[in-house]
Amino acid sequence: MSIKGKAFIAGVYEHPTRDASDKSLPQLHAEVAKGALEDAGLTFKDVDAYFCAGDAPGLGGISMAEYMGIHIQHTDTTEIGGSSYVAHIGHAAAAIAAGKCNVALITLAGRPKAEAQKVGTGGGGRGPMFDPNAPELGFEAVYGPATANMYGMAAMRHMHEYGTTSEQLAWIKVAASHHAQHNEHAMLKKVVTVEDVLNSPMISNPLHRLDCCVVSDGGGAMIIVSPEIAKSLDRHCVKVLGHGESPKHLNGGKVDLTYTGAVWSGPRAFSEAGVTQADIKYASIYDSFTITVLETLEDLGFCEKGKGGEFVMDGNLISGVGKLPFNTDGGGLCSNHPANRGGMTKVLEAVRQLRGEAHEKVQVPDCDIVLAHGTGGSIGTRMGSATVILGREDA
Amino acid sequence: MSERKAPAPVVNVETKPFWDATAEGKLLIKKCNACDEVHWYPRSMCPFCHSMDTAWIESSGKGVIYSHSTMRRTPVPYCLAYVTLDEGTTMMTNLVDVDFDALEIGQKVEVSFADTGEGNALPYFTTV
Ligand SMILES: [Zn+2]
Repeated sequence: MSIKGKAFIAGVYEHPTRDASDKSLPQLHAEVAKGALEDAGLTFKDVDAYFCAGDAPGLGGISMAEYMGIHIQHTDTTEIGGSSYVAHIGHAAAAIAAGKCNVALITLAGRPKAEAQKVGTGGGGRGPMFDPNAPELGFEAVYGPATANMYGMAAMRHMHEYGTTSEQLAWIKVAASHHAQHNEHAMLKKVVTVEDVLNSPMISNPLHRLDCCVVSDGGGAMIIVSPEIAKSLDRHCVKVLGHGESPKHLNGGKVDLTYTGAVWSGPRAFSEAGVTQADIKYASIYDSFTITVLETLEDLGFCEKGKGGEFVMDGNLISGVGKLPFNTDGGGLCSNHPANRGGMTKVLEAVRQLRGEAHEKVQVPDCDIVLAHGTGGSIGTRMGSATVILGREDA
Repeated sequence: MSERKAPAPVVNVETKPFWDATAEGKLLIKKCNACDEVHWYPRSMCPFCHSMDTAWIESSGKGVIYSHSTMRRTPVPYCLAYVTLDEGTTMMTNLVDVDFDALEIGQKVEVSFADTGEGNALPYFTTV
């Protein structure tokens, strides 16, 4: 059994806020849910399934279901960090195909910026990295694995094995900034150069400040529906063509930081969709750091392993300029990274591209098949990876 | 050069032998009696063949840098690293008493222990 063509993304919504100090976390989840339902032309009464991850407060999805006043027959709280929402699409499609539900709501929201301002920490100590029973905790937390230095180690090793350079990584930020200048909500709208990235302060070598994503509040939501409901709606619905996911971990100490879980999730998604890399007109690639994009592009087969540096140079990821337009909203590197999780916003821009609703300066012409990829956790230790391939309603 | 205080690790009944040994300056790793593979972090069940017959062995404490990254935005910069032990498994650690700018992947390193003040010590590594 395959999920190809069994489910459609009928509505999406991205919260315009980047600083939500005036809103609670449940309020943000509810606002993005309402926005996505209105976009689809549906209401909370139509929702019969709810998907969320660790950023949703309370008991699994039930506290938020109660807050929003929805009555559901299916929940899924798969928590694989920032990749969760991409995986949720596949899970929702499978649930719809199995007859468990017809209208699935997926939400993401967070206010790390507002909370950091208040308590002076980077995330409030929530989540699996702070679980005292996590088996790795005793052997890792004592060494100060902050996010940037774990990704720094991955970049360092990739450079060592393949000759990747800081200049090549910088091109990824340059491309994102070219797109972000057209996004009125983007946190960083200024177009930057390779030199700007290299001259920005070193955070954890070899990663500079501009190799890192922004910290922002906000959120987003999607509505996944059955083919019958998609047909009944006026909105252009996006067809789910394929999905793949795979965690990657340190494998008992056989460590290899030069690749990500995309080496497994990618082929599964391509195979289910029945398309190849050459068919992909636009790609949303998780961009917590520039190195995340580079390794993921290689792992998804857009270029040979180790050639990611050459692939991203000279504007190859810039819409209208290069061969593979990516993250045309500015992505996590420039626009937003709500809840420190970028999987949702990756899908939202991919849907805009398929609907022809991206900004005119970055809209990819004849955009009929796209890919969105999420990474969660850390490519320096353990990560979630999820890939979806989406097409126009008639794809 | 290392002015960071060594924090006390979270210890549980499964990992206590490891941390007790650090107080005596010993770096223990787990080896599987069924498949002979060593693994990291140490656990009761072999992650390769899933046998429960695993034993503590003492590592030579020698290895090479697999990768490293020095955090510059904290008041005291520190180097996070993976070290591949001569026994063949790779562990997370900090590189201490080193010139952060001169570190290279593949460089030989050796374990050193930093007292946490709570009855155990953190295995750090330094270049030899
Ligand atoms: Zn074994």
